[in-house]
Amino acid sequence: MTVLDLKSLSLRHVNSALQNASSETSWVLENPMGKHAVAAGLRESLKVDIKGSVGYYCGGMNKNADVVVHGSVGPGVAENMMSGSIYVKGNASQYAGASAHGGTLVIEGNSSSRCGISMKGIDIIVQGNVGHMSAFMAQAGNLVVCGNAGEALGDSIYEANIYILGEVKSLGADCIEKQMTEKHKKLLTKLLAIAKIKNLSSKDFRRYGSARSLYNFKIDNTY
Amino acid sequence: MCGIVGLFAKTRSVEDSLGKLLSDMLVIMSDRGPDSAGVAVYKKSNGNKIKVTLQSEEPSDGFPKLNSYLSKQKNLKTQLKINSTHAVLELSEKNSNLIINDLKKHFPKIRLMSTGSNIEIYKEVGAPESVVERFNIRKMRGSHGIGHTRMATESAVTTLGAHPFSTGKDQCLVHNGSLSNHNTLRRELQKKNISFETENDTEVAASYLTNKMSTGADLGQALDLALKDLDGFYTFVVGTEKGFGVLRDPIACKPAVLAETDQYVAFGSEYRALASLPYIEKAKVWEPEPATVYFWEHNK
Repeated sequence: MTVLDLKSLSLRHVNSALQNASSETSWVLENPMGKHAVAAGLRESLKVDIKGSVGYYCGGMNKNADVVVHGSVGPGVAENMMSGSIYVKGNASQYAGASAHGGTLVIEGNSSSRCGISMKGIDIIVQGNVGHMSAFMAQAGNLVVCGNAGEALGDSIYEANIYILGEVKSLGADCIEKQMTEKHKKLLTKLLAIAKIKNLSSKDFRRYGSARSLYNFKIDNTY
Repeated sequence: MCGIVGLFAKTRSVEDSLGKLLSDMLVIMSDRGPDSAGVAVYKKSNGNKIKVTLQSEEPSDGFPKLNSYLSKQKNLKTQLKINSTHAVLELSEKNSNLIINDLKKHFPKIRLMSTGSNIEIYKEVGAPESVVERFNIRKMRGSHGIGHTRMATESAVTTLGAHPFSTGKDQCLVHNGSLSNHNTLRRELQKKNISFETENDTEVAASYLTNKMSTGADLGQALDLALKDLDGFYTFVVGTEKGFGVLRDPIACKPAVLAETDQYVAFGSEYRALASLPYIEKAKVWEPEPATVYFWEHNK
């Protein structure tokens, strides 16, 4: 295990060390002090523990690495993640998991607006609430929310599944409630297990997705 | 982009180090706004005086002339407390009104930054660190303070275009974002005989809030009305004699983080700005909700 202190080392130095590390190594980053782009662009299957809160774009573009943030994250955590995982012990700010193609993002606290915006295959599990316009234009993947969702959930959603345990303030354009089939319950049970959530049952969640009525241009859509 | 910081002291020790803590927060926000910076520091004046903060582009010429005008023409013992391009004058309420009127007539090049029993505003063009150094902000004490680092979008990079904007006694506003209906609002306010110093959108928002508060609304009500009447992107921090308020627009693209402990309430555009505050690891840290008014006031 290698310890890197962001108070004494530059961000570029730390990220470069992680981006060029060999796989199956463990790293601890100390004193992140809200810095941006911490542990962004990782490619190998590393274990990275970040001891504190970080700023924008933590773990962005991650491939293979497992990152744990022992604190809160700023906007754009796991943006464009391809695979691997990011686990946030605190809260997340705006657009968590934006555009991400794969991997798993777990947020123990709340995630604010636009969580999972344009998600393309990532699984996002939020143990608290998500803010307005979450899963906006989502294309693939799963967004699980164990708390409540804010206004305009799933606005202009293409595909992707949204699972909500609490209340939904309002649904966005073309987002509708859908039937929770056995297949979906099974998948959700798996996702809850990945996030180590033991006290909740998949059968209590509601599923939302696309009505697919915006897929094709209709002249009737003029207003 | 712009950076905002704010600090509201709950204890004497935070009051004593307010200038230092606020300055450190402000300088960390330099890359959100490198072109100009400013702070509003609130500290009660001695003996119910009104503090008038002034700015001059030619301080070595303008301020001595004003000093001699005060003593010779007005028979006032009070002299300017000069701090670089700014100066503070402590006067009785009656004299402060007289002098402010005289300034417009006789000293058009001296600009009024703020007036009130507590507020002092210092703002200039330049990197935040240079602004902090220029005014020796780190040495200042205060009950609360607000700072802003500017990346100009809506109007020119000038001293008057820097934030905070003060349009009413002890009131000030800093803003991250841009308003889209400020020209319409400015015209409406001009019809109410309110005058403007700049083309800046934030000045309009500040005048709007001042206008609402002068017609009976408290800070919370004025901010609620702003949600209805202001169009655009904004995270606002508003200072008053007693404290400060925070408001984000309903879309809430512009970032904001709040932290509270037994010793202080702190605001930052990013967590970075708060990371060096004492006991931040024990603070309650959260993102303020969109379209929700938050404010903290001192009871004393």
